[in-house]
This record gives sequence, C-alpha cells and structure tokens, in this order.
Amino acid sequence: MYDVEKIRQDFPMITNHPELIYFDNGATTYKPKKVIDAVNSFYTDFTSNVERGDYETAIKADKAYDHTREVIGRLINCDSREVAFFSNITSALNQVVYGLSKLFKKGDTVLLTQAEHASNLLPWFRLKEEQGINIAYIPLDKQGRIDLSDFEKCIDETVKAVSVAYVTNVLGSVQPLKEMISICQKHGILSVVDAAQAIGHRKVDVKDLGCDFLCFSSHKMCGPDGAGVMYGRYELIKDMPPLLLGGGMNARFNNDGTIIYKDAPQRFEAGTPNIEGVIGLSAAAEYLMDIGLDSIHEHELKLRAYLLDKMLKLDNIEIYNPDDISGPLTFNVKDVFAQDAAGYLAVNNVCVRSGNHCAKILHNIIGTDQSIRASLYLYNTEAEADRFAELVSKIDLNSAVGIFF
Amino acid sequence: MGEKDLFDDANFLRELVLDHYKYPHNHGLVAGDGYISKHMASDSCIDDITVQLDVQDEVIRDVRFDGVACAISTASTSMMGDLLIGKTIAEAKKIIDEYFKMIENKEYDADMLEEAVAFKNVYKQANRIKCATIGWNAMNELLEKKEDEK
Repeated sequence: MYDVEKIRQDFPMITNHPELIYFDNGATTYKPKKVIDAVNSFYTDFTSNVERGDYETAIKADKAYDHTREVIGRLINCDSREVAFFSNITSALNQVVYGLSKLFKKGDTVLLTQAEHASNLLPWFRLKEEQGINIAYIPLDKQGRIDLSDFEKCIDETVKAVSVAYVTNVLGSVQPLKEMISICQKHGILSVVDAAQAIGHRKVDVKDLGCDFLCFSSHKMCGPDGAGVMYGRYELIKDMPPLLLGGGMNARFNNDGTIIYKDAPQRFEAGTPNIEGVIGLSAAAEYLMDIGLDSIHEHELKLRAYLLDKMLKLDNIEIYNPDDISGPLTFNVKDVFAQDAAGYLAVNNVCVRSGNHCAKILHNIIGTDQSIRASLYLYNTEAEADRFAELVSKIDLNSAVGIFF
Repeated sequence: MGEKDLFDDANFLRELVLDHYKYPHNHGLVAGDGYISKHMASDSCIDDITVQLDVQDEVIRDVRFDGVACAISTASTSMMGDLLIGKTIAEAKKIIDEYFKMIENKEYDADMLEEAVAFKNVYKQANRIKCATIGWNAMNELLEKKEDEK
C-alpha cells in the first residue's frame, strides 16, 4: 500500500516547509533523510579520497563509492562495470558524444528531436561544427511525440546514431524507445538515451530497452547534486577514449607522452570524484527501489490524472500536453506571460518552473516560447493538486501584476 | 488626489504597470543611423529584449525597445523610455542611479522617477529584480558606450 503521508515524513524539506507546494521536480527533487545521512556519514565517519588510500577509512570510502555501481546496476539492470560516474547528465552526455565522435566521419548523421534538452543538443552541434556530421530531427507531433513510422522514414545509410530523451523535459512525452531501438539495431545504428526525466519515476531497464548508452543525473532521483551516471554497453565503452584526462583514470604514463588508461569505467573518472554525491546516489537508488519504482510510477500517473482533471475544468489556461498520461503538466494562463503567472504562484508558496526549460527549439513544435511546467513526484498529494488548481484559477494579469502592490 | 498621493496608491500604480504592459511606449525597433542597440538575453532564460538609443548633442533623442518579456520587464522598460527621452546623458544617468537605489531598497528620490516608482516593491521578490532592471541595465551599457565614444 502506497502511503504518501509516510513518504512525506522521510523528506526534511517537506517537514521543515509544510507551507510549500513543490511542483518543480523536473528541475530537481527533494532528498530523503536516508540520502542526507549517507552524505553526512561520509564526512563525519569515513572521510578520505578514493582509489588511493591504504588505511581503514579510505578502504571504507572506496567500498562505498564502488558499491554505488552495483546499486545502479540493480536500478537499471546492467553490470556494475558499465556504470561510470560524472558530475551530472550533461557531463555524461558530453563524454558519450566525445567518445562516439571518434567513430563518426564527415557526412554521418545523428538523429535528434526538437524537444531535446540543451545537454543532448549542444554537444552534437559542436560535432557538426568540428567534424561536419549532419544533424536531422525526427518529426514530432504537437505534443512532442515520435511516431514510429515517421522515425523509420528518417533512417538512411548515413545515420550512425540516435540520441533522444526517454521522457522529454518540457512536455513529458514518453517516446516509444524500445521499438525505436529495435529498429536502430536492425540498421546497426547506435542509440543514446537521455533518461534524466525518466529515472526514479519509472522502471528503467537498459537490457529491456536494448540501448547502447543511457545517462541520468542523481539530483533528479532524490540523490545529491553533482553526480551523474553514464551507462554504456561494455563492449562499446571498453576502448572508448575518455573526455577528461588526469589523475585516477590512467594506469601508467611515461615521459615520452604515452598514456595507458585504466579499464572502463574508471578511465572516465579523472580527478577526485564527487564521493559524497556518489555515496548519496546509492542511498537514493536504494530508497526508491525499497518503495518500488512501479509503485512510484503508479502514484505519479494517478496524481497527474487527478491534477489534469482539475486543470481541464479551468477556462483561463491552455494546456499543451493534455493527452499525455505521465510527466509534467505544461500550460500557460491565457494572456499572462509565463513568468508573471509563476510569480503569482511563488508568492503563494507554490514552486513551478517558467520559461523555455532549456529546450529552446521546442517552440517550433508547440507554438509558444514560454510555458509553466508543473512536475510531480512521489511525495506530492491530491490535496496539493487541489490547492494548486485553485490558485491557478485565480491567475489573470491583474492578480499576477498585483503581487507587487 | 494629488500626483504625489496617486504614486502611493497601489491600485493606481498597478493600473499604470498594466497599461504600460498592454500598450508599451517607445515599442518596436527602428532602423536609423543614429541608433545604437543592446540585446539582453544572457541574464535569464526568459526575457529577451533589445533596447535602442539615439543621442544627439548629449541629449537623448529617442529610446526604443522590443522583444519577448514579462509584464514587469516590459512596463519598466516602457516607463524608462518616457523618463529618459529629452534628458541629457548626465541627467539620464542620475535617474538610472535613483531607479537602482529604489530597486535595491535604498533611499531614493521619488520625484525623479515619476511613474517608475510603481516598481518600489520589487525588492521584496528577489527573483524578479532582473525583470525590473533588464531594460535599465541595457540603457546603462548604451550610455557608457556613448560616453566612451567621446
């Protein structure tokens, strides 16, 4: 039985700030005490660097750090040596693109969509600039979704990789990834998945999806900031060149300039990593798996449907993704600029995101530059949805500007 | 009610802001030889505006602006144009200084700011300060550029 009130007790941000409605989970998530305690214990009980100490606390830190690979392996169904740590999904995706760049030649194509986050576009843009690859966009419908037959039409002999979000960050469109990847496999096309908005919200299984790479951030799944994961199929990452060079990632180097890298995944982790973040990430993954990803997903679907139902009854708003069943609700209040509306919600203790949500070319699809995104998570409640819809119903230009007087 | 009292009246000030938002003054860019432009989009992921300035013989002859912006950015930039057109560069800089003092919740000269006192409470919402200052920051840069040209 999913007990949201009990879950809320696990989150100090909620118990310390009962006045807040936090519907900005697409940006970042609150942390359960278990995660905060895990980070604390590293600093109060076994502080030391990893991979180089000979003493007991260092060994403990080493074990805790590497243990996270196993926990993430359980979370996404992969081998622990296929899990490399980065500072966030952005740096993980930059590694993927850099690694793959060595396999690309001029005229090769990567397929993206216009709903992608900047972190899954700009690294590819640079590859276009520097290496002359082509970028092509898979068509999307008005709600940001990919149709499989459209996708198949995009494929020709130049396509070498497809890189898309599992769940897009503005509209929450869930792409038919498994089917897309199966098409990719038939054509020998590499698949890269941005799972930032999917991880921690639903079961993500890399074996089931069949993807070659899948990346995500810790902070969007109840873990600490500054930690991210790159999953890469081992045969692809074992010889992949690392983006960052330095300590911790080399086995040997000589004065003639030769470097021998460590095996993957350590070869990707140059410099002292975010040890606290990685340790906290495993606590977050365990916390979510203990509750059950399917239960969390079911709670979110139910709550989203509840909120959508309330919002559909309002005649002062336009909702951009009413047919989606998961992900954020994205809308505008009629005749009110998104930030002005978000300002009204903010003074009423509601946290949402307004703007273009780092997806600056999506307006080509949905026809608006700016929107308000309400994104839910495991600790949000129907009572919050009630209060939210009531506040939204009160927004107009007068009330939005009225907060300054 | 005298003018002074009106500028203390919340409803009046709100209506002023709404009016400048719905019907902004000095709105729309022009292609003219005398104009210099500043595009402001880097500070926030939301507002994206361009401000133009035409100065002749040390006097601000025209101010224009356009772009995608919230009510507070639009109205504050609209009022700024009204305040600055016809002023000398030195007078304009003094007005801008007073405006920033008000936004930072310091002592300021309300008489110099006229309608722009509508934004006197913005300091209470730190996340919106950049909205109320984006056009004014652009103007500051344009005036500095003019000064440097001397």
